Amino acid sequence: MTTVAERTQRLDESWGEAPGLGSWFTTVDHKKIGRRYIWTASVFFAMAGFEALALRTQLARPDQTLIGPGAYNQLFTMHGTTMIFLFATPMLFGFGNYFVPLMLGARDMAFPRLNAFGYWVFLFAGLLMNASFLFGQAPNGGWFNYVPLTGPQYTPKVNIGFYTVGLLFLGISTTAGAINFIVTTFKLRAPGMSLNRIPLFVWAILATAFAVVFALPALNADNAMLLLDRKFGFHFFDPAGGGDPVLWQHLFWLFGHPDVYIIVLPALGIVSAIVPVFSRRPMVGYFWLVLANVATAVISFGVWVHHMFAVGLPQLSMSFFSAASLVITIPGGIQIFSWVATMLRGRLVLATPMLFVLGFLISFVAGGLTGVMFAVVPFDQQVTDSYFVVAHFHYVLFGGAVFPILAALYYWMPKITGRLLSERLGRLSFWLIFGGFNLLFFPMHVSGLLGMPRRVYTFLPGLGWEGWNLASSVGAYVVALGFLASLVNLLWSLRRGEPAGDDPWGGDSLEWATSSPPPPYNFATVPVVHSAYPLWEDRFRERLDAARGSEERQLAGDHEVLRTSELDAEPERAIEMPSETVVPLVVALGFLVAFAGLLAGWYLVAALGVPVVLGGLAAWAWPRRQEPAR
Amino acid sequence: MTADARAVTAPTAEEVAAEVPAGRPTGWWGMVMFITTEATLFAALVASYFYLRFQSTPDWPPGGIKAPELSLPLVMSAILLSSSGPMVLADRGIRAGHVGRLRLGLAATFVLGATFLGLQGYEYMTKLEEFTPRTNVYGSLFFAITGFHGMHVLVGLLLILFVMVRAWLGHFDKGRHLHVQTTAMYWHFVDAVWVVIMLSLYIGPHL
Amino acid sequence: MDDQDLARHGAPRRAPAGRLRWVVLVVGAGLAVQLGGCGRTSPSALDPHGPGAERVAGLWWLLFWISAVVFVVVCLLVAVALARRRGDRDTLVRRGGGELLVVVGGVVVPAIVLTGVYVVGLRDLRALTVPEGTDLTVEVTGHDWWWEVRYPQDGIVSANEIHVPVGRPVRLVLTSQDVIHSFWVPQLTVKTDLIPGHTNTTWIQADRPGTYRGQCAEYCGLQHAKMAILVVAQPPDAYAGWREAERRPAAAAADPMAARGRLALEGNACAACHTVRGTTATGTIGPDLTHFGGRRTIGAGALPNTRGNLGGWIVNSQTVKPGNKMPPQPLTPEELQALLAYLESLK
Repeated sequence: MTTVAERTQRLDESWGEAPGLGSWFTTVDHKKIGRRYIWTASVFFAMAGFEALALRTQLARPDQTLIGPGAYNQLFTMHGTTMIFLFATPMLFGFGNYFVPLMLGARDMAFPRLNAFGYWVFLFAGLLMNASFLFGQAPNGGWFNYVPLTGPQYTPKVNIGFYTVGLLFLGISTTAGAINFIVTTFKLRAPGMSLNRIPLFVWAILATAFAVVFALPALNADNAMLLLDRKFGFHFFDPAGGGDPVLWQHLFWLFGHPDVYIIVLPALGIVSAIVPVFSRRPMVGYFWLVLANVATAVISFGVWVHHMFAVGLPQLSMSFFSAASLVITIPGGIQIFSWVATMLRGRLVLATPMLFVLGFLISFVAGGLTGVMFAVVPFDQQVTDSYFVVAHFHYVLFGGAVFPILAALYYWMPKITGRLLSERLGRLSFWLIFGGFNLLFFPMHVSGLLGMPRRVYTFLPGLGWEGWNLASSVGAYVVALGFLASLVNLLWSLRRGEPAGDDPWGGDSLEWATSSPPPPYNFATVPVVHSAYPLWEDRFRERLDAARGSEERQLAGDHEVLRTSELDAEPERAIEMPSETVVPLVVALGFLVAFAGLLAGWYLVAALGVPVVLGGLAAWAWPRRQEPAR
Repeated sequence: MTADARAVTAPTAEEVAAEVPAGRPTGWWGMVMFITTEATLFAALVASYFYLRFQSTPDWPPGGIKAPELSLPLVMSAILLSSSGPMVLADRGIRAGHVGRLRLGLAATFVLGATFLGLQGYEYMTKLEEFTPRTNVYGSLFFAITGFHGMHVLVGLLLILFVMVRAWLGHFDKGRHLHVQTTAMYWHFVDAVWVVIMLSLYIGPHL
Repeated sequence: MDDQDLARHGAPRRAPAGRLRWVVLVVGAGLAVQLGGCGRTSPSALDPHGPGAERVAGLWWLLFWISAVVFVVVCLLVAVALARRRGDRDTLVRRGGGELLVVVGGVVVPAIVLTGVYVVGLRDLRALTVPEGTDLTVEVTGHDWWWEVRYPQDGIVSANEIHVPVGRPVRLVLTSQDVIHSFWVPQLTVKTDLIPGHTNTTWIQADRPGTYRGQCAEYCGLQHAKMAILVVAQPPDAYAGWREAERRPAAAAADPMAARGRLALEGNACAACHTVRGTTATGTIGPDLTHFGGRRTIGAGALPNTRGNLGGWIVNSQTVKPGNKMPPQPLTPEELQALLAYLESLK
């Protein structure tokens, strides 16, 4: 029998990672990896933001020549591609990485090395794609990269290679992350956390992860086929060879529409985490919200053709997809009314996280309403590919993802860093961003209806578009100031912020039951939950602390986590987790060499990456020591 | 017993194995999800095949290419599909503790799988005399889809090789065999995909 | 109040209308401008001049008002929540219920409203089918970055301008020679893509005479921004006159200057890319110039068709539309003047 002190020491030893630069390359701690995703995604956000400022500066007045068409086309392509692939999902996966294990009461993700590997691949793929700027050959086909424009005949240079290879590479990271989230949520929940007690943020991540598993292959197939067409003379998309450019669109949007929900669902999950805490009551309609998340993810696979209503498809098929696109509004509405009902029946605390949630609500509802308009075929055919659709998707993406991400930063940074952010700076930032955002994007509804197409590097005077564009450009700078305010806030708080303590907000979920920041092993004792709001159960903290006395509850074996059953979270056994290792980084580097070689056409170099990957994987799978009997 | 009380006296690994089924390990779920995403990838490719086929000119394959001859592919199918048999032997065998069946099963699966790939290489050589991926969209589809499957078979062979090495080193027994199980799942998946390819690409044009 | 108090209690209550006011202002301004007709010179979807666009404009206003009502309702609910008593970190409300709002607001009302919207949408989609008895057909083929226009029934070949008789439906048969483009003239009808290997059919009808501007609406590369098309709707007599003139080959050179211009066209690189029927210029890479003198713009809307602009375009169109397929033309000043005289005369 060991004592509490001995067990605590064992925990510290087996979970602590070596300080200093070495562990930087070998960490498998989900909290460190989560932070990295957040930082790296923020850098990509800033890059894409500067790209947007450049675009808006060029479009502030008609007939400007600040940026020529070639550069403009690269900038708008990379703005969209970076925001969607290198900012939105990685940022949300970063929060997921940090908080899903904590909210589940677990000590790490199910596959810690896969987690590290996923981050390195994300970093390398993002760097690879942006390295294209160094050659002046950034992708320039738009973020959805339609053929034949992006085929070998019309873009023979390597711009599109960066796109196809970059996304094929990145897809490995996204898929790995999704699989990790699914298995963690299935197997590592705290005892007592049956399905109906899983936090809504985790449900959102779970639905998203399943969507990733089914959506990403369509994009991968598309990019693989385009790569074969471009580099090896295949004919998938070439009409002269019997191929069809429209196939690209079908496969792309089969991925692309679920992708927008892959972005929005975790963000809505963040809102579901924040609303109960800042309404001081449990969520109204928990069951409906879970249903809505799952329904949205499923239905999202049945609406893709609404991106193709101008392609000339049969009316019958368009009618079907129009109906499905209207139906998907309903789970969205369920989520919105659940939050509103919770706010109405609670007592609001209007701190900065809640301000950003309110900004989200208004913007996302507006964007969702224009989305409903797009489900109606004839109206879509009038305004698709115009600035009206640019307005719509920025309202749902900025409103629906960026605002919740900002809310999450203000809500969860105190847990991550241990320090509170300034409420005053937070509110300043909010108003600048909210006001600037509406000034930036609302006028686009008008210029779209007035006939301005999207993806144009300039426009003629005298068409009535000038004023709206100027307003948008001013708004862009106001938004930039707002983000600057939040950045200053973050940096200030790291140095001078008030200590946050375990639970500054009076939260309901398990991450607030441990210190800020949490120790490497997250929880000294395995929590046991009896509801969907563990921290609001009677005397939860006292019971958790009292459990230290039990050897089983403290689980202080070598780097152990508790595996539980899928449905009812009954304990199964303790499993041993891997410690720091450089293998994930090595495998990621092997992939980088292979993909970069493929991109450059240096096939010998690419081939060198293969044994590195295979060798690395063999080392990965080799048992660390004799496994205990199953 | 409430969940709370049960958790307070959480059992040890041995006790759990004796009292209740061990439950599905995380690695098992990981392989299931990996197979799911790869299956979706093949679904996207086969769907593209049918989409392009029915967009195309009435004769398929187009461009004067003959519908694929079936005798070699049928032999290949027999070899690949039967390779699932020894794999089942290996997987079930080690669960009952028979290391011998494990080693034998793995070796037989490996031989059959490698034979399949060899025959596929031979098939490619004969096909390339008639058309290449650059000939037209049919050529592109045929080589891309079967080639992709072939790469999956190759990966499967590497997995089997890895597990065989571990089997020879005595890593597996009645209570430890997760990698055998996941490798077997992957192998059966690769076989199932071949069935779909056989029906779509080979038998389909003859119907 | 310091930051920790603010975090614990939230900002002190302030008029919820503050936030709402901003939104109303912006929406109101937009509406006022629209209704005030600021878009008079705009190719506006809300300034329809044909049955197709009219139908969609009606649909827009229906969707707009439904959306406005929903948006206001949600904002009001939020405002009510803000007006209620606030809480702080130590409050905990343990009431249940409240799901009626979720089911009614999230499921029942949307299901009813959306079904109605769907039915209206289907009806309007049907109404946009090519009308029976449409006997006038124009073929439009997309190029980087101009529009090839053919009237197969009349043997007319033109570019970047479509002439139609007022009040009659005109079938458009669309395809592309290179990448995907999209035909969009918002005042007349909805957009339809031009896809290589595919043929799409749509139709336009202008109910009042006028010149209606459209722009390519599918990103097609470097000069996607400068690929405009004009639809010129004329009363029946004027249209018939235009048609007669277009069918004839190029007018004979009216004076010696123009004759020299014709020789310049035939003798220089022009003939390699352009066709002028009745001369030896039979190139098909660029637009047909047989009746170029009567066209309103140069370079698919890049410049108005004036003598000065045309001179600049011919000498170096890359300064106007960088990346377009026409290289700079080294002509002597005399050749250029003669050429301009000739092209102007091609009415």
